[in-house]
Amino acid sequence: MLKQIEGSKAVAEAIALCRPQVVCAYPITPQTHIVEGLGEMVKDGSLAGCEFINVESEFAAMSVAIGSSAAGVRTYTATSSQGLLFMAEAVYNAAGLGLPIVMTIGNRAIGAPINIWNDHSDSMSMRDAGWIQLYAETNQEALDLHIQAFRLAEELSCPVMVCMDGFILTHAYERVDVPDQAQVDAFVPPYVPRQVLDPADPVSIGALVGPEAFTEVRYLAHHKQLRALDTIPQLAAQFERQFGRASGGLIRTYRTEDAATIVVALGSLNGTVQEEVDEMRLAGKRIGSVSICSFRPFPLAAVREALKGAQRVVVLEKCLAVGLGGIVSDGVRKSLSGIALNGYTVIAGLGGRAITRESLRRLFHDADRDALEQVTFLDLNTDVVAAELDRERAARRTGPTAEAILRRLATGSPASTVHEGRPWLRR
Amino acid sequence: MFQIRIHGRGGQGVVSAAELLSVAAFLEGRHAQAFPSFGSERMGAPVMAFCRIDATPIRLREPVLTPDALIVQDATLLHHAGLFRGMQAGGIILINSTRTFDEADIARFTGGADRYRVCTVPATELAQKHVGRAVPNVPMLAALAAFGEAIALDSLVAAIRQKFPHAVAEKNVAAATAAFALARDTAQVAHA
Amino acid sequence: MVETLIKFYQTGTFTVGNRLLREDQRAVQADMQRTNSLNSGHRACQGCGEALGARYAIDAAMRATGNRLIAVNATGCLEVFSTPYPESSWQVPWIHSLFGNAAAVASGVAAALRAQGRDDVRVIAQGGDGGTTDIGFGCLSGMFERNDDVLYICYDNEAYMNTGVQRSSATPPAARTATTPAVGASPGNVFGTGKNVPRIAMAHRIPYVATASVANLRDLERKVTAAMDIRGARYLHILVPCPLGWGSAPDDTIRIARLAVETGLFPLFEARHGEVTDRTPIRHRHPVEEYLKLQKRYAHLFGCPPDHGRIALLQAMADRNIAEYDLAEVAA
Repeated sequence: MLKQIEGSKAVAEAIALCRPQVVCAYPITPQTHIVEGLGEMVKDGSLAGCEFINVESEFAAMSVAIGSSAAGVRTYTATSSQGLLFMAEAVYNAAGLGLPIVMTIGNRAIGAPINIWNDHSDSMSMRDAGWIQLYAETNQEALDLHIQAFRLAEELSCPVMVCMDGFILTHAYERVDVPDQAQVDAFVPPYVPRQVLDPADPVSIGALVGPEAFTEVRYLAHHKQLRALDTIPQLAAQFERQFGRASGGLIRTYRTEDAATIVVALGSLNGTVQEEVDEMRLAGKRIGSVSICSFRPFPLAAVREALKGAQRVVVLEKCLAVGLGGIVSDGVRKSLSGIALNGYTVIAGLGGRAITRESLRRLFHDADRDALEQVTFLDLNTDVVAAELDRERAARRTGPTAEAILRRLATGSPASTVHEGRPWLRR
Repeated sequence: MFQIRIHGRGGQGVVSAAELLSVAAFLEGRHAQAFPSFGSERMGAPVMAFCRIDATPIRLREPVLTPDALIVQDATLLHHAGLFRGMQAGGIILINSTRTFDEADIARFTGGADRYRVCTVPATELAQKHVGRAVPNVPMLAALAAFGEAIALDSLVAAIRQKFPHAVAEKNVAAATAAFALARDTAQVAHA
Repeated sequence: MVETLIKFYQTGTFTVGNRLLREDQRAVQADMQRTNSLNSGHRACQGCGEALGARYAIDAAMRATGNRLIAVNATGCLEVFSTPYPESSWQVPWIHSLFGNAAAVASGVAAALRAQGRDDVRVIAQGGDGGTTDIGFGCLSGMFERNDDVLYICYDNEAYMNTGVQRSSATPPAARTATTPAVGASPGNVFGTGKNVPRIAMAHRIPYVATASVANLRDLERKVTAAMDIRGARYLHILVPCPLGWGSAPDDTIRIARLAVETGLFPLFEARHGEVTDRTPIRHRHPVEEYLKLQKRYAHLFGCPPDHGRIALLQAMADRNIAEYDLAEVAA
C-alpha cells in the first residue's frame, strides 16, 4: 500500500511486518523514531508476540539482542554514531557468535566534535566486525532492505546492519509502498535457528578458542561473507519477483555503459549524483554512477565489472580514514587491481554538510578534466583552515580547535593571532 | 518540480507544514519529499523545512536552494539575511502577518514590489479563531493552494483529515478554507 | 511445603552427609540423580571456592526448575575453566558473551522466552565480582530496574582473579592485590572504597536479594531454591574464597569461608523488596585475626610489629555488620 510517511516510520512498519519477537533499543538521534514507532506498535497490540525492552545503554541493547537471538527468536535493534561505538564490543561478539540480529544504523557522524548530523563514519567504524552492511538509497529501499535483511541474516547465521542516512532519510517524508503481511510472510519464513539455547538439547555457546582453532573460525566467518556475495543478489532477485521492484543487491549502475567518468557513492547521495549525471549527459559528457548497496561483503567483482571501462573514477565518501583519505576508495581500488585508470577520492558531507548539485557540478567538471587532487575535501573552507593553522603556529595555548573555528565562522573575524582571538584575556 | 521552503520558529509547526504539503501532493498522485533543516530543536529557534513536489520520483537530496514558493510563518524572521536566498523572480512568497504588503513595507525586504508574487496572510489569527491554537501552518498552506501551483485546496483538506482526529481536523479545515478565500482575493488584487 | 532449617555439625569429614535425613530433606548434591550441571573435568584450581559454589547453585536451580534452565556466564574464571576449547563441562544450555553484559544477555534470553510463551524455562546470569560490581554494573542495574525474570549470581572472590589478582570494587580494605600492593604507607586496598552490591540490589527493591557462603552449602542451596520460586529480578551474592588470589591453602577454602561469616565480615542474610527479612546469626563469634591470618593477602598486617590500627579497623567493620544485621545469636 502506498503511503506518504516519514522514513523512520516506513522502517518501523517493515520491521513489524517481519514479526520480530524481541525489539530492544536505547534512544539516540536520529534513529529514535524507528524504535518509538515499534514501541508504540507493541504497546497498542498491532505488533503482537513481541517483547519491547527499554535498555540502559546501547551496550545493553546489543547484549539483550545477543541473549534473545541465542534463545531462538527474531531480534532487532537500532542505533547511530556514539551508540554504535558504545556497543562495539557486543557488535563484534554478535558476529563472532553467528547470531542473525538485524540492526538499523541511522547514519550519523561520530564525535568529537559532537555532531548529530549525517555521515557514514559510524557504520564505517564497524565495517570489519563481521556484520553484513547494506546501504539504502531511498526510504523505499530502506524499508525493503530490512525485509531482505532478516532473510539474509537467518539464512547465513550472520548479523546484518541496514544503513540509512540520518535525517536525510530517517526524517524525510516520502512515498513508500508498504507491503502487506502475506507478502512479507512469504518472503521471510519463521526463524529456524542454527544454534539455540534449549534445555531439551543443551549446548555451550561462546567458549574460549585458542591459537589451534581461532584462524579456522575466522576464516569461516570470512567465507560466510563471500558466500553472501551470491546470496545477496539472489535474494534481491527474489524480492523483485515477489514485490515487483528492484531493491538491494550488491551494486546499482546508472548510465555507466559508455561512461568515461564514473562516480561511486553510498546511500542517499546517489539521488543527487544521478540528477547531476543527467544534467551533464545533456551537455554531452559521458558520465555515469555506481551506487554500492552491499558494502560488506565488498562486491569486488561487480565493482570491477562496472568500472573497468572508464577512464576515471570519483569515489564520493561521507567518511574519512584520518591520515589516509578514503575508506570506500580502498575497496574500489582493490577491485581495480591491475586496471589502470585515474582514481579520485572526494570527502563530502561530513557532519551533515549539504552536498549540493552545484558543488557536484563543479566537481564532476574538474574530474572530467582530470583537474582533481588525489584526495579532495568538497567545499572545504580554506580560509578558516588557514587561519586556524596560523593560530596554532603562533602560540601554544590555542584552546579547543572546534570552538575557535565556530567563533571565527560566527563572528566572521579575520583575526589570525591568538591575542585578537581572545579579547577577554588581558595580559 | 515545485520546490517550497518554509521558515518559522520552533513550535509553529514548520516541520508539520512540510509534511502536510507532501501528503497533500501524495493524495493527488504525485511524488513529494518533505524534510526539515535539522537543527537542535527548541521552542522559538528559527527553523526551516523543505518540500519538493513532482510528477516523477524525486532523487534530489540537497536543501531547497531555489524555492518556487517561500512560506514565512513568522514575520520577525523577515530581518534575517538570506531568508529570500535563491528565490526565483516571479516566485510566490507568503508571509504570516495581519498587515498588508504595503503596511508591512515588505518591499524593503524583497527588493521591490514586483519581483515576486507576495501575499500576506493573518495565519496566526485565523488559526486562533478556528482551531483555538496559535499555530499558523495550515492557513499558510491553504494560502499557497490559492495560487493554484503547488497543491489543490481539496488535497490539503484531505491531508488534514488524515493527520488529525476528527474534531481537530474539521477546525483546521475551517481555518484552511478561510485562509484560502482570503489569499485568493489578495492574490487577485496583487496581480491586478 | 514446610521448610525446616537443618544445620549440620560435622567433624572430621567433608561429606554433606544426608543419610540420616528423609529424602526430601537431603541436599541436592547428595542426590545420585543430580544434574551435575558443572561436570567434572573443568580446569579450576585445587580448592576453588567458585567451582564449588557454582556446582551447588546451578544444580539446586536445575532441581527447582525441573531441569529447565538457561545459564548466561560473564567472562572470568568460571567461564574460562569450565569451557577450555574444545571441551565444555556444562550440561545445561549455556552462553558466554562478554565480560560486562551477562545481566543484559540474560534479560534478552528472558525476553525471548516470554515472547515464545515458555514461562517454564528460567534464566540464571552468573559472573565474578569484577564482571558484576564493576564492568557489569550498568547492565546489572538495568536488569534490576526492569525487574527482568533473571537470577543473577555473583561469585565473589574479591578481585579480578582470572587476569592475575587485580583489585575490584569488591576487594576488601587492606587486602593485597596486584594493583593494591602491600607497600608504602597504606599497604593493600584503600579503606573507604568499595561497593556493597547486595545493598545496592536491595535499593532497587527487587523481589529477592541474598548473600551465601560456600561454608554453608545447604543454606546456599536453600537460597537458590527460594530464589527460583520467585519471578522477577533476584540477586545472590556468594563469597567464594580463592586459594591462589587470597594466598590460602586449598584445603582451607571452607574454613576461611566459615570464618568470614563467623567474624561478621560477611553477613548472611536475605532481603525482599528492599528490606532485610532473614539473617543467619553467628554461632561462634571469632575475632577477625583468625580469618586474616589464614590468607597471605593480609600477611603485611602481621609483620613486626603487627598493624594493629588496620586490624582494628577491620574488626570495627565486622562489629558494625554484626550490629547492623543483628547477627549476635541470642542465647537459648
